[in-house]
Amino acid sequence: MAKRSDIEKILVIGSGPIVIGQAAEFDYAGTQACLSLKEEGYKVILMNSNPATIMTDKEIADVVYMEPLTVDFIAQVIAKEKPQALIPTLGGQTALNLAVELGEKGILALYDVEIIGTNLESIHKAEDRMLFKNLMEEIGEPVIDSVIVHTFGEAEKFAIAKGFPLIIRPAFTLGGTGGGIAHTMPELEKFIESGTKNSPSNQCLVERSVAGFKEIEYEVMRDGLGNAIIVCNMENFDPVGVHTGDSIVFAPSQTLTDREHQMLRKSALNIVSALKIEGGCNVQYALDPSSMEYFIIEVNPRVSRSSALASKATGYPIAKIAAKIAVGLSLAEIKNPVTNTTFSCFEPSLDYVVAKIPRWPFDKFITADRQLGTQMKATGEVMAIGKNIEQALLKAIDSLELNEYHLITPLFKDLSEDALLEKISKVDDQRLFALGEALDRGISIEILYEKSGRIDRFFLEKLQHIIEISRELKANPLDVEILKNAKRYGISDAYLAEIWEMDEMSIADFRAKHNIIPVYHMVDTCAAEFESTTPYFYSTYGQYENESHRSQKQKVIVIGSGPIRIGQGVEFDYSTVHSVLALRENGYEAIVINSNPETVSTDFSISDKLYFEPLTFEYVHNIIKLENPVGVFVQFGGQTAINLAANLEKAGVQILGTSVAAIDMAENREKFDAVLEELGLLRPVGQTVYNTIEAELVATKIGYPVIIRPSYVLGGRAMQIVYNLTELKKYMKNAEAVHKKQPILIDKYMLGKELEVDAISDGVDVLIPGIMEHVEKAGVHSGDSIAVYPAQTISHDIKMEIIRQTKLLAKGFHIIGILNIQFVLFDNQLYILEVNPRSSRTVPFLSKITGFQIAKIATKIMIGQSLKQQGIDTEYKEKTDLVHVKAPVFSFSKLRSVDIALGPEMKSTGEVIGSDYVYEKALYKALLASNIQIPLLGKVLFTVDDKHKSAACELAKRMANCGYSIVATKGTAAFFKENGISVVEVDKRKDATDKNIINMLKAGGVQFVVNTVSNDNNSSSLEDGFLIRRHAVENNIACLTSLDTFEAIVQVMEMLKFSIIPL
Amino acid sequence: MKKARLILENGMVFEGEHFGFDGDCLGEVVFTTGMTGYQESITDPSFNQQILVFSYPMIGNYGINTEDFESLTAGVSGIVVGEYCKKPSHWQKNMSLDAFLKLQKVPGIAGIDTRKLVKIIRKAGTIKGMITTDMATDAICLEQVTKFDPKNHVSNVSTKNTYHLPGSGNRVVIIDFGMKKSILAELTKKACDIIVVPYNTPAHIILSYNPKGVVLSNGPGDPAHMPEEVFQTIRTLDGNLPLLGICLGHQLYALANGAKTYKLLFGHRGANHAVVDIAKNQVVMTSQNHSYAVDEKSLKHTNIVMTQYALNDKTVEGLAHEKFPSLTVQYHPESAPGPLDTNAIFTEFVECMTNQKIIEGVK
Repeated sequence: MAKRSDIEKILVIGSGPIVIGQAAEFDYAGTQACLSLKEEGYKVILMNSNPATIMTDKEIADVVYMEPLTVDFIAQVIAKEKPQALIPTLGGQTALNLAVELGEKGILALYDVEIIGTNLESIHKAEDRMLFKNLMEEIGEPVIDSVIVHTFGEAEKFAIAKGFPLIIRPAFTLGGTGGGIAHTMPELEKFIESGTKNSPSNQCLVERSVAGFKEIEYEVMRDGLGNAIIVCNMENFDPVGVHTGDSIVFAPSQTLTDREHQMLRKSALNIVSALKIEGGCNVQYALDPSSMEYFIIEVNPRVSRSSALASKATGYPIAKIAAKIAVGLSLAEIKNPVTNTTFSCFEPSLDYVVAKIPRWPFDKFITADRQLGTQMKATGEVMAIGKNIEQALLKAIDSLELNEYHLITPLFKDLSEDALLEKISKVDDQRLFALGEALDRGISIEILYEKSGRIDRFFLEKLQHIIEISRELKANPLDVEILKNAKRYGISDAYLAEIWEMDEMSIADFRAKHNIIPVYHMVDTCAAEFESTTPYFYSTYGQYENESHRSQKQKVIVIGSGPIRIGQGVEFDYSTVHSVLALRENGYEAIVINSNPETVSTDFSISDKLYFEPLTFEYVHNIIKLENPVGVFVQFGGQTAINLAANLEKAGVQILGTSVAAIDMAENREKFDAVLEELGLLRPVGQTVYNTIEAELVATKIGYPVIIRPSYVLGGRAMQIVYNLTELKKYMKNAEAVHKKQPILIDKYMLGKELEVDAISDGVDVLIPGIMEHVEKAGVHSGDSIAVYPAQTISHDIKMEIIRQTKLLAKGFHIIGILNIQFVLFDNQLYILEVNPRSSRTVPFLSKITGFQIAKIATKIMIGQSLKQQGIDTEYKEKTDLVHVKAPVFSFSKLRSVDIALGPEMKSTGEVIGSDYVYEKALYKALLASNIQIPLLGKVLFTVDDKHKSAACELAKRMANCGYSIVATKGTAAFFKENGISVVEVDKRKDATDKNIINMLKAGGVQFVVNTVSNDNNSSSLEDGFLIRRHAVENNIACLTSLDTFEAIVQVMEMLKFSIIPL
Repeated sequence: MKKARLILENGMVFEGEHFGFDGDCLGEVVFTTGMTGYQESITDPSFNQQILVFSYPMIGNYGINTEDFESLTAGVSGIVVGEYCKKPSHWQKNMSLDAFLKLQKVPGIAGIDTRKLVKIIRKAGTIKGMITTDMATDAICLEQVTKFDPKNHVSNVSTKNTYHLPGSGNRVVIIDFGMKKSILAELTKKACDIIVVPYNTPAHIILSYNPKGVVLSNGPGDPAHMPEEVFQTIRTLDGNLPLLGICLGHQLYALANGAKTYKLLFGHRGANHAVVDIAKNQVVMTSQNHSYAVDEKSLKHTNIVMTQYALNDKTVEGLAHEKFPSLTVQYHPESAPGPLDTNAIFTEFVECMTNQKIIEGVK
């Protein structure tokens, strides 16, 4: 079967911003697919609103549109580009839903665009609960007793007939938004309400619970000829009930007999054939742990998070092959890119085991409901490879970067047995560690099996084995044989250091002395049956042959950024990839170490060599010892890589670019202050403290409000603005408990305009690609702010001053490579908030809009090419033809009980871009892309703190002029009335009348909620505010907690409106 | 923990941990890449006088059950694993792998870098070896390995007596060259009335049972070493009634028709072998376990044609007679372990017996 010659141009829709349920995996899949299509000679038109992706680089597609992913904008692109075909299965649920909508609205027919790969009808059959159920019944595949409902009444009827527990799954949603498991009628009502609201078709599936069944997944590929294969199957550690994105997963399946495996495999093939899938597909099963009975849980007729994991777990590039299938090639004619000697029509065979653990945001959202269920909550995941379950699992724990290096942690030492078992039966993100603690206390596997809702005894035995090894180690310090065995099972040096009371380096030396060093095995899709040259490795211990050989080439190791989490997203993978590409372009061998299966950087075809390993000192150092690189890059992998720098240098490793001493100058407050003083630059006054007493003294001295945070943190974690002594005491109490002995920084809080700069320095010259202005004033984390380039409201003089100071800082901090600076402009005076001696979140955004390939330029500097040698003119030139706006995207609808109010702690999960010739249009696009609707008429509800009332009043007037109705709570309403605004008053929640806010939000009709956080210590008003915000989120109403953000919306609104002027 | 060694013909020695039966074994060392189905493989008679290496590093996770036997005794001489599961878990579990090996007198060795072993076999070809708990006498062991000359594979594993499994449907004779139980199971599912005969049963005896069809089963060893009378039997049966050849049966059928077989460098073993069906232009996943293959070039002057081939190395995977209702496959349509994709061959065979129509390749 030859590829299609009647198609020249193909439109690919990306997945948009990173949100929970749809993360970097679609950058990986999309990038692979676009390159794969180009390789076949097609012209690729790409549409994606996410600037932080490799996918939206000019080199990946022929034409890239970073426009909002809405039907209107896609229609415009289609009209302009006239593609003959569209692939909707590579951009997650977002692209799939858009394709369905484009079809329904007749746009595809109008422009004669053909859907290639899996077609719309198949997508519909797989996604629509009723059609799917009917199809499954037709082909004799078992589905769980269920009913599709639009109202609670229908669900109630089913519940009475079938009993509880019941699972509620909203149709067509990401990561099951709004769903859950109901054990009672009121719970059912709650889930039906949120589920129908979240579902674009207002549909929910209510089904019998098969909790306790094994959850098994199959990744299937099928081509147009009907050839179908299984790339990989996976078994969840957590039984059915926890969303697969929130489950610990092993590949391949571990506890299935061949008979069971073949039964499910055959079923999966039957399903994809019935659906006529052409590309990748994921099928999820519930398998009875005590019979051959099984049910189909779900089918995803597209590339998915699981397919990215399966690709990395096996080496089989699903998205790449899926793209080739879409243009008509068959599996039997596509070469296996791993072996290059065999074909893609085969099923990978693994000679290792893979563990995946999700990375949850609960370290940042401490108030969030940690319980796991059908709604996904993880922001990212880690993967680890080993020769046994224990090794893979412990390596995965190391990879999480949670400061945990073992199953047993101090977390639950003081928990009573009852509380511990309670924690195990209520699944949350810490269950694995709770199980470790329980086993360490000698609680039996049988009890844990029951309490955990039937986690397979096989897995529990493996955990038990880890505990046994730990005991043996504790009893026999420095016993070589026992150590050898322990390393085979993945026990980390960090844990050994802890129990043997030594430092980690001494453990490493001891191991080296006794020749207990890891070897590296290749991931080759075929268990060594065929010769492969895949440069993709993992470490293991034992009497194994090392397959990773050091080459003669000069090499550099680039340390990746680990799992996607709030504060460290796909932006850092972007820089990592660019650095790798620049190294390769300049003749170096580029080696990547990373632990994140979702990313482009862990695609083995990107680097010369990929090590899929935890980003801890032990694993990184082992690789460095083997590879003996010229040096190591720590600038691109976010704080993860920076945090490794000091120990690596201590171990004699050459850190390239900005030195460890210089990094420390930027991160150590005293040194930082000294440098600023020397340079004659200002920063908000502040001081480092170590305990509550010092904190009180300092805060009183500099005056409230102050901004307070521990040093060395990610994304402003645990950062807070504190307005008085009580709040300060409360903060310090927590901080001392969590960040033992860590210094705490207290600074004067200055409410001014925030400005951000990324710059590159070679030590002599400094290149400043761009100055960005934040819409929100200082106090809102820069990652949560809307950023604008070029800066719109600052004077030429200020810009010049920023450039002067940036150059001074780059030299003063001895930066070789990238630095990121955040300024606050207060009373026309610049103050320096932060200097980050590394690649930042804004690097991809700035690189794309200014044309300076920031990470690549920095990479070249770090291997010795000065800016001059690179031929770069370092004079600051602003690009003024377009205005670009970067807006944050949040995942609040996935996380119950999280306060959405913006503050110094970062909360967004992703970002989008909007570009146009005028600021308001760019802003409009960015807001639209971030899923904020701006209807031309409606209601806006204000409930603001006293200190914001007059500013809010101005905005309310402007909204009223735009034709909006103004609604406000008592105090705000009174203030507005005094100022001549016509306003409808609404009761606060505690007034509990029909007219109260919550009921109004539920009833619909409110388009915006403007709510600023009050700082008085009235807990009931705090609670009111929180509930208002949560209800806004759960009812899909845009809720703005910064008046600056709202002003941006007002500006857009004013631009969109025509004036209505009487004669 | 008792130590053990795996000694290869080329002098390489792997040290590991002993498990299973406490004793020594000799065999041809072969590997399988299947990730599940160790019970089926260990009990597959086709592994007669072979030491089986599992490339997947954890074997025994779900123990041994009472259902998934391919024969009642072990087919392998010994097994080599990375790690065996000491605490298996499964609702059907009857005993652990270790206990089963002890019962069946099969030595095992664990803690081996099976990946390295696979690479050695991949490059050097199938190699003879020995598992021993003797940790001292290298030279003697090596001599034993060198001297080891596996033979009489089929007579070792074929049934000694003819037996009957009554059924209400078509009568089928299976010539047992080392038959897997799943072949029986597939035909039983189709209500066949089955008579299993020893490998050297002459044609006239077979025909005297008045069967509607004959199955040439799978089995171990070099097909060319089979006594001439077996080929004579096949030739006599061919054309008289539908024949289905599986694995060794397929190779014997080719030889009986004047084609040739040869030994592959390291064979095909595993559950992920892609096979192209020429007539249908489709690819199926198959379960395979063979060291020998039919030489495609040798088909030229015969009346048999290639109907299927392996996607990767293009070796012959299926044959059909130009005129007679005979079809053979190199792989295992009965799977166990492995994919069920080619299961329909049995349906087709039964339909063919029922209708007595000419088979033209595999449908």
